[in-house]
Amino acid sequence: MSKEENTANRPDNTAFTQQRLPAWQPMLSAGIVIPGFVIIGVAFIGIGVALFVTSQNIQVLEKDYTGIETNSSCFKCINPRVKNCNCTINFSLDKLFEGPVFVYYGLSNYFQNYRKYGASKDAAQLTGDLAYFTEPSTSCAPYRKDAKGKPIVPCGSIANSIFNDTFKLFQIVNSRNVAVPLDGKGIAWWTDYNIKYRNPTTNPLKNAFNDTVKPIFWPRPAYELDPTNPSNNGFINQDFLVWMRRSALPNFRKLYRRITEGEYAKGLPAGDYALVIGYNYPVKAFDGRKKVVFSNVSWMGGKNQFLGIAYLVIGSLCVVMSIVMLIVYAKFKFPDEE
Amino acid sequence: MTQSPPHHPPLGGDESRVDSRTIYVGHRPSTTEAFIPPKFCDNRIVSSKYTVWNFLPKNLFEQFRRIANFYFLIIFLVQVIVDTPTSPVTSGLPLFFVITVTAIKQGYEDWLRHKADNEVNKYPVTVLENGRRMGTESEKIKVGDVVEVNEDETFPCDLILLQSTRDDDTCFVTTASLDGESNHKTHYTVPDTEKDLDSLSATIECEQPQPDLYKFVGRMHIYKTDREPEIRSLGPENLLLKGATLKNTQRICGVAVYTGMETKMALNYQGKSQKRSAVEKSINAFLLVYLCILVSKALVCTTLKYVWQSKPGQDEPWYNQKTQREKETNLYLKMFTDFLSFMVLFNFIIPVSMYVTVEMQKFLGSFFITWDRDFYDPEIQEGALVNTSDLNEELGQVEYVFTDKTGTLTQNNMEFIECCIDGFQYKYRDAVSELDGFSATDGPVSKLQEKAGKEREELFLRALCLCHTVQVKEPTGRGQDHTDSMAGCPPPHEQTGFIASSPDEVALVKGAMRYGFTFLGMESKKMKIMNRSNAIETYDLLHVLNFDPVRRRMSVIVRSKSGDALLFCKGADSSIFPRVRQEEVEKIRVHVERNATEGYRTLCVAYKKLSPEEYARADADLQAARLALQDREEKLIAVYNQVEAGMTLIGATAVEDRLQEEAAETMEALQGAGIKVWVLTGDKMETAKSTCYACRLFQRGTELLELTVRTLEDGVRKREERLHDLLLEYHKKAVQDVPPTKPGGNRGWSKPSQDFGFIIDGASLSMVFNSSESSSSHYKNLFLQICQNCTTVLCCRMAPLQKAQIVKMVKCSKGSPITLSIGDGANDVSMILEAHVGIGIKGKEGRQAVRNSDYAIPKLKHLKKLLLGHGHLYYVRIAHLVQYFFYKNLCFILPQFLYQFFCGYSQQPLYDAAYLTMYNICFTSMPILAYSLLEQHICVEVLLDNATLYRSIAKNAMLRWVPFFYWTLLGVFHGLLFFFGVRFLFGNPALQANGQVFGNWSYGTIVFTVLVFTVTFKLALDTRHWTWINHFVIWGSLCFYVIFSFFWGGIIWPFLKQQRLYYVFAHMLSSASAWLVIVLLILLSLLPDILLVVLRKPLGPHARQRQAGESGAGGAKSSAQPLLMRTFSDESNTVV
Repeated sequence: MSKEENTANRPDNTAFTQQRLPAWQPMLSAGIVIPGFVIIGVAFIGIGVALFVTSQNIQVLEKDYTGIETNSSCFKCINPRVKNCNCTINFSLDKLFEGPVFVYYGLSNYFQNYRKYGASKDAAQLTGDLAYFTEPSTSCAPYRKDAKGKPIVPCGSIANSIFNDTFKLFQIVNSRNVAVPLDGKGIAWWTDYNIKYRNPTTNPLKNAFNDTVKPIFWPRPAYELDPTNPSNNGFINQDFLVWMRRSALPNFRKLYRRITEGEYAKGLPAGDYALVIGYNYPVKAFDGRKKVVFSNVSWMGGKNQFLGIAYLVIGSLCVVMSIVMLIVYAKFKFPDEE
Repeated sequence: MTQSPPHHPPLGGDESRVDSRTIYVGHRPSTTEAFIPPKFCDNRIVSSKYTVWNFLPKNLFEQFRRIANFYFLIIFLVQVIVDTPTSPVTSGLPLFFVITVTAIKQGYEDWLRHKADNEVNKYPVTVLENGRRMGTESEKIKVGDVVEVNEDETFPCDLILLQSTRDDDTCFVTTASLDGESNHKTHYTVPDTEKDLDSLSATIECEQPQPDLYKFVGRMHIYKTDREPEIRSLGPENLLLKGATLKNTQRICGVAVYTGMETKMALNYQGKSQKRSAVEKSINAFLLVYLCILVSKALVCTTLKYVWQSKPGQDEPWYNQKTQREKETNLYLKMFTDFLSFMVLFNFIIPVSMYVTVEMQKFLGSFFITWDRDFYDPEIQEGALVNTSDLNEELGQVEYVFTDKTGTLTQNNMEFIECCIDGFQYKYRDAVSELDGFSATDGPVSKLQEKAGKEREELFLRALCLCHTVQVKEPTGRGQDHTDSMAGCPPPHEQTGFIASSPDEVALVKGAMRYGFTFLGMESKKMKIMNRSNAIETYDLLHVLNFDPVRRRMSVIVRSKSGDALLFCKGADSSIFPRVRQEEVEKIRVHVERNATEGYRTLCVAYKKLSPEEYARADADLQAARLALQDREEKLIAVYNQVEAGMTLIGATAVEDRLQEEAAETMEALQGAGIKVWVLTGDKMETAKSTCYACRLFQRGTELLELTVRTLEDGVRKREERLHDLLLEYHKKAVQDVPPTKPGGNRGWSKPSQDFGFIIDGASLSMVFNSSESSSSHYKNLFLQICQNCTTVLCCRMAPLQKAQIVKMVKCSKGSPITLSIGDGANDVSMILEAHVGIGIKGKEGRQAVRNSDYAIPKLKHLKKLLLGHGHLYYVRIAHLVQYFFYKNLCFILPQFLYQFFCGYSQQPLYDAAYLTMYNICFTSMPILAYSLLEQHICVEVLLDNATLYRSIAKNAMLRWVPFFYWTLLGVFHGLLFFFGVRFLFGNPALQANGQVFGNWSYGTIVFTVLVFTVTFKLALDTRHWTWINHFVIWGSLCFYVIFSFFWGGIIWPFLKQQRLYYVFAHMLSSASAWLVIVLLILLSLLPDILLVVLRKPLGPHARQRQAGESGAGGAKSSAQPLLMRTFSDESNTVV
């Protein structure tokens, strides 16, 4: 009893209160670090080689069609006053362009990541909420309502500035144009197409857009974006979804079509091709460039030399550092191991 | 005594003074004057800060007075008002979190205070009102009420004692809760008040409330119907303080003079000034740097934005047209708004959470001190006490330790060793065999065979028995369990215990008892002693001339049976010798000095026979001085000096004060840690010097530089000149001739070939400080330089204020070193308050030092672990915490800054708002908190064994500009790497195997993922002590980040306007390239750190330093072998 009383004030003798919790005390000694560096270095070099080879094997064909140069076939279209302008770019492949081939369009000096631009949309409207068809969010300004006060659907700068050049690819076989089928499905994120963006449930879709106007820049209203496929209209149009996912940098490319059908599923065979461009999108005003890119992809995505080279450099660096450390430690006779 | 002195100013003469108050006892008006009830505050104690109504506004106001909170409030308001890139939630939520947590903490503390207040205010008390006893509540007591208090109750307000049930008109109280002194103090009733309180008609005139617990002056006018009003003086001995407890007395009645917030207890309640640690200053400096970075970033971005926009086509491309309002806005206003927007975008660089984390770290970390069992002392059954947690890390930065001697270095456990009567020595070693030690057989030292005359012996012993303020503990009293001073070995027949405020007195009374004179106690002003022939002698106690540290002596005036008035005086030699006949001095002086060099405390005893005329005059003067309302102190001292003159020296005593346990080891460890130890004591030089030798502060090789009255008076020249010469000489020796040591981390490594010790006494010090104005600063400078080059400085004969002066001087000297004061008594309070860190020792001299300290420990030996163990760890922890916080926020915000160059300076955030908000709160806060609580980069045992390790963190080593620069550079490096690594990856945004592309939020998420992992791994790399908590928190944080990101992107959150991150994280994980770049960037970021850790070991300075340090410590140990053939053991650290 008295003993208990004596120790009543005494602090608890637990490992925690006495700061004596069992602890692992790692020391980064040369014995661990040097072999570690060698292993990491070798692994990185291995990955780097694999990445580099993979990236080298990806075929890419880029065609700038802005039409700045006077000898370009699209030069005639560069004046924005020319409407419905078509131009053709011819190219030839001397070997099979392995499939599946992806067609991208690329824009440069185009700031989709501009803050005010990015904010200029109405997320609620794009989920099909009809309340926002009549009164779009104020964030859509200056593309909220037209001059007559009618609400714009879909509203906002992003939707308004959708990329509207069109591409048609023909293989020239015996001076006859054979259309290469371009597949517009599966170019947007599955989650965007199926969950994030929704059309109003109104049937037919057109009725939901009563008393609204199409975006000023658009030639057709949203519900007629793809006349060939009714399920590719409204807010879940694949091209629209691709455009709505803003690019990270001012020079970007976006997926336009895939070549997955018919005899071209295995790739584009060697031969001559004609790319017919419906030139609508003005870029000259802001010094932009437009290009079309044909590319196939690997497990790591599109062609990107950076990763492979970076892995090779870091891997070699690790190996070199381990050698340096070995020398230093040999000279100083491993003082901590003594 | 019943008559007021003739020269006393007439009644009412002082009444016009504003700073006195008049109290009508029992609210009964004196017959002669018109009764206007004066207004005083009520007896409610309010220690709480808030009420239910004003809590919110008052607390918010107080919180936003802190500069950091205010800054975040401004940012938040800007976000609300201006169209900014991030929503107000991102900064509002953390701010709200911080404010709420603080408010809850403060609210809870205030609720506790309310509870405590209520307990006091609702306490039932008894008030006498017109002869009836009325029960009421404590808060209803008014000034002038007559209050009745029973035994063991605390006084509800400050009372003047009117009546006691004890027949000697005294009562006993303990003031344990006020100043911690648990001994019983005697208080006296006002003499000659009526036994019948109902008919008492009196007024009390006293000073306005003041906080000094031990000062009170007042007068009481007693009106009787048939006579002139009588006047009684009132002093602190009549005043019962609120908070004190009545002991050994059945019941008392008193009149309330100060109530509520005007009681001395309440006036003393005011908190002491806040001490700020050096780390905090570093934080503020870093904060300023980061604020500059922030502003310059915002400025750069704003400027570039407008430069960029001036190019045609960039300002307003067709796809991104401006709204009407934007077009109309004034250009300069737009610029300003843009600037603010950038500020908001980058404001996360100054982390709101750092303050919370630092505070949590300090608060929680201080528990480890309280919990430490090594600080537990079984004797007093207490452990360490932390009064403020703000200074934990300062314990690792101490450069100067100022220690008190008595009770700190020594135990304050006094034992009577010997005495000397008329120059003959009486040694007392063994109590049992020498009970009759005064016979000439075995008591004396051989060469002093002869003894003083029997009469002189008995006079001396009577003096010891009478000249004190000791009380005999009543055997029946409840106070039995209180500490007495019987710890020394009491002879078997000693049944009684003694209680005194000073242990010296008890030792002396006990010493006299062993020689046959026993003090039996006091009964109604009569002191009873039993002499050697077991007869009882009684003396009337006429006056006590109290001890005070300035006079350094105390006296009593008693009247013996034969009617002679005798004055006995005891005190320090320096204060007694000038007051006795000089021819007696020399015989005694030899003994006194020899005893002093052996480390004993010596007191001289003198007496004087007062002739009736002399006594009458002294009595009158004393009465007059005691009645004075103004300058009572000064007047009393003047009278004391006058009375205590022309005495006869009888003898001297020597009392031993043992060294504290492990005092020498502790001091040695401190010196090994590069800390300079200064001993500041009120004791005399010889005693203090011997203590210093015993503590190994001075060593054999130490050359002592003395600047004392003795050395100053050597020559024929004037003291001032001599002072000048000595200072210059010492300066030359200690400063100029010593090769300068290398500054920086190597401080004190190469020990100077010659150790210097410096000794100065109070008188010389005041000469240094107060010499003519032109030379004063020069002398001070010289003095300081000498002291800084000495390993140990001993300042003796210090008044409390001088101690603080010294501390202040060192504190303000060049480089503003961190100072620590340690002491146990009331005389150390001033220096404890003055120093950066004040440590109180829970000693015997009451609790005042403990109450005013920042940390309190039971024993001196605990200081070693407190500084070398806890202090070192706390410093490393918090320094790392601070640097890491700045680093992790720099590499958090830098990519966002760089992104502006790629998005047209449009303030587009790189990360999602959730990530911006949660980064500091959730993802990266817990690991660093755990680190800062648990890290032991070197385990405690090693820290304690190698005191030199303490030097490696000296001078704020981890928070200087170089390490700060390193961390900043690291942050910049990481930030650049994160951003540009991903930037190159996004050269082709088609990163998925199905050819789909990533957008801007994917970009940000990849950067953020790399960021969270890298900063966490960086901390993991720095962690040297992985407990399960560290594992749990580090891996848990990373898991939490991944899981959170999945959920955040996996669900359509109805409360979010935009589902920006919908499935972004999942898509990222499905991309092999993203994985590869994340791994690559994390590894590349950590590479320099790993290299540094590995290469520092063989190349860095630490390896060699450690070896040198170990050998240095070893050398010190060997040189510290017992000096002067003394032996030191735990049992008796005595100087034999």
